[in-house]
Amino acid sequence: MTATDTDATVITPQAPAAREHRLAATIARFRPGVIALVILVIFGLTTIRNANFATGASIQAILSIAAVYMLLAIGEAMVIITRNVDLSIGSTLGLSAFAVGELFTHDPHTSIAVAFLVGIGIGAACGALIGVITTLIRVPSLVVTLAALYVIRGFVNIIGSGIQIEPSVFPQSLVTFGYSTVIGIPWMFLIVVAVALAAAYWMYAYPAGRELYAIGSNPAAAALAGIPTTLRVFTVFVISGALAGLGGVLFDAQVATVNSTAGTGYELIVVTAVVVGGVAIFGGSGSVIGAVLGAILLQVINQALVAARISSFWDQAIAGALLLAAISFDRLLAVRAARALVAEKGVSYVE
Amino acid sequence: MQVSDGRSADGTKEQQTEFDAEPILGVSHVTKSFGAVAAISDASISLHRGEAHGLVGENGAGKSTLVKMLAGVHQPDSGQITIDGVPVTLGSPAAARDAGIAVIYQEPTMFPDLSVAENVFMGRMPRQSGGRLDRDSMRRQVITVLEMLDVRLDPDRAARGLSIADQQIAEIAKALTLDARVLVMDEPTAALSAAEVERLARVIETLRARDAAVLFISHRLDEIFNICQRVTVMRDGRSVLARPAGDLTSDELVRAMVGRDVEHRQLTRGAIGDVVLSVDRLTQEGNFVDISFELRAGEIVGLGGLVGAGRTEIAQAIFGIERYDAGSVTVAGQPLKKGSPSAAMQAGIALVPEDRRQHGLVMDESIERNVLLASLASVTRRGLIAGELARETSKTWLDRLQVKYGRLSDPVTTLSGGNQQKVVLAKWLRRNPRVIIVDEPTRGIDVGTKAEVHRLLEELAEQGVAVLVISSELPELLLLADRILVIREGRLVREIPRAAASEESVIAAAAGAYTEQAA
Repeated sequence: MTATDTDATVITPQAPAAREHRLAATIARFRPGVIALVILVIFGLTTIRNANFATGASIQAILSIAAVYMLLAIGEAMVIITRNVDLSIGSTLGLSAFAVGELFTHDPHTSIAVAFLVGIGIGAACGALIGVITTLIRVPSLVVTLAALYVIRGFVNIIGSGIQIEPSVFPQSLVTFGYSTVIGIPWMFLIVVAVALAAAYWMYAYPAGRELYAIGSNPAAAALAGIPTTLRVFTVFVISGALAGLGGVLFDAQVATVNSTAGTGYELIVVTAVVVGGVAIFGGSGSVIGAVLGAILLQVINQALVAARISSFWDQAIAGALLLAAISFDRLLAVRAARALVAEKGVSYVE
Repeated sequence: MQVSDGRSADGTKEQQTEFDAEPILGVSHVTKSFGAVAAISDASISLHRGEAHGLVGENGAGKSTLVKMLAGVHQPDSGQITIDGVPVTLGSPAAARDAGIAVIYQEPTMFPDLSVAENVFMGRMPRQSGGRLDRDSMRRQVITVLEMLDVRLDPDRAARGLSIADQQIAEIAKALTLDARVLVMDEPTAALSAAEVERLARVIETLRARDAAVLFISHRLDEIFNICQRVTVMRDGRSVLARPAGDLTSDELVRAMVGRDVEHRQLTRGAIGDVVLSVDRLTQEGNFVDISFELRAGEIVGLGGLVGAGRTEIAQAIFGIERYDAGSVTVAGQPLKKGSPSAAMQAGIALVPEDRRQHGLVMDESIERNVLLASLASVTRRGLIAGELARETSKTWLDRLQVKYGRLSDPVTTLSGGNQQKVVLAKWLRRNPRVIIVDEPTRGIDVGTKAEVHRLLEELAEQGVAVLVISSELPELLLLADRILVIREGRLVREIPRAAASEESVIAAAAGAYTEQAA
């Protein structure tokens, strides 16, 4: 309106506020780095107490146990980024593990490749069903996948009641694969890392990957921008299911003793890992790499307690505390950043 | 920049009337009904190359429906929309986009977690070989457009935390990367500060110089006269006037909008009574410092200042939504507990918030429930809400405030902005407050309803209520307030009595023209 109005704007900028906001954003972006650091610190502290913790065998054990959780965390991270959640993965893993075991029971000469395909296929089918129900009938995925958790587990119980599949059922090559290593690193871990890198690259470098973030960030605007939201959400559920199916076969290779409880409770451990790893529970931000590191962290803590001869009863309490710390930290950052922005600009901000 | 002859960027008023014969966008005699209600009964408008065209009208005049037609959300029942003289069907938002029409809403919807560049290109990101995202091309295009608009905005920063003004810029950038030739801006300035409005005006100049046409909707008539070359007025679903802005006075414009003369009857108000609210050295770190003032019964006090000066924060601290770090608030001699809205309500304070959608109303709830929300206890029998009593009570209040509504059970979203604001007022007036704080009471409300809200506030003062009005619209403060307290950067810098108050004196104090230098 008048010159005086314009003059007033010159006074407003406040550097400290802007700096605080940038700091918060930077910390959030380097969450994977922070997790990696925490893993190393725990590792160091535990080694001081028990030198055996740093041996090759111990590290191998941690990495190969972590591998299955990491694999599930990849799919779960993608689902949560779209503002959904998949609670069915533990049951899906159980179904796949049990079904592949049955496959070898009935036909010991089944090739390993077929076993993998069957496992992945079963998982993908479960994911597809969940994806269809979630997107077409528009039921919140929390409810759909909770229902799927019970339905699939129930199905495993029906077909597998009282059956225990023994290690002898599985071909030697599969069991060997479960614990074989290359330059001291478990094969299984390497495969999972490769999958994680591929997923992370896809999320970063392809429009479809960015669209997953857009859907989680603002679902209504995503639809208005012409993003095929139904297809994208369906796809992440299929991916999550397929990875859980693959996880079932890896479970067979690793554990080799399978009954109908295989994978029970994995979903909550995985959701914890994903959130600790920096994926926002309401979607829109976070990374697959962070989620995978979160899964490793939980496993390192678990093993560190054993090595430090602390009762493993502490394990769950610590996992829960870690989750609380992670979300409180995120919330604190968000609030501080918002404050800083209001102080800086004096106007409302995008929530 | 290609500026066609006869219209330089700073074109004079006479030249602006001589537009090319063929408009870019022509809307002729469109109608649109929703059920039995005719939202638009006969609207025509034409937009020419390089023109900023103002669209004004009261709420409910049909402007929003017209915008939604251009956005491809609604289709006209009859009539025609043409682009470059060719009839088009805008059957979907995508079709409108393809026709070169972009709509910038008052509060754009962004993806807060994604970068500015990703926001601009979401849904149509450029690809390189192998289908991968072409980030470089994306950044380059955004930078080019932002440079053209002469706006500084980092394309790589996350959209979270962008001001509404910057979000609109991002939307305009999106429109330009789509090669939109018609930009429809639906009340873009309602939430902007004066400086941001100026920047938007400059951006619109740039768009005009590039031969785009801008349809600019605003309730603020001074902006219409500053920014637009021609104006179309809508009333009751019809376009009733279309003329060069230079040939119109603001009185003529208002008369065309309302269909009658709007005069403001200054009530002779009763004597000002005792101090009801006393604020002493109130301080909240980072927002305001050392604020002291008193509010007397029957008095209307205005809080003036620029957007972001800390006025809303002061109101929220008094009401207890925000805590304060030092100072005290006293109501009728009794100290008020800090940080407790329920204590403030008990003491007789009411706060009508700035953002009625977020803070003033439960949008999906019924009109009745919203009216009763702050005083539910008074319509209960044995602890349960008594249906009949609740209906009667809310109806009485809605009638008293002349709210136009369908049924009591309709969700409050079905009301126009002005009527929604009245529901918020009714909600608080039911409690018979001693002090009422109203934050931007008429933002986004049409001229007619605005006058009603003003009259209501004056009646309240007459009845002995102490009224504190926060407003960024100077005419409103000057009209209502017995005295104006000017806040600048969190400090109370000046108190101006009614006799000495003028736009100049308030702006000077708010902007610190006398004491601060322009760096």
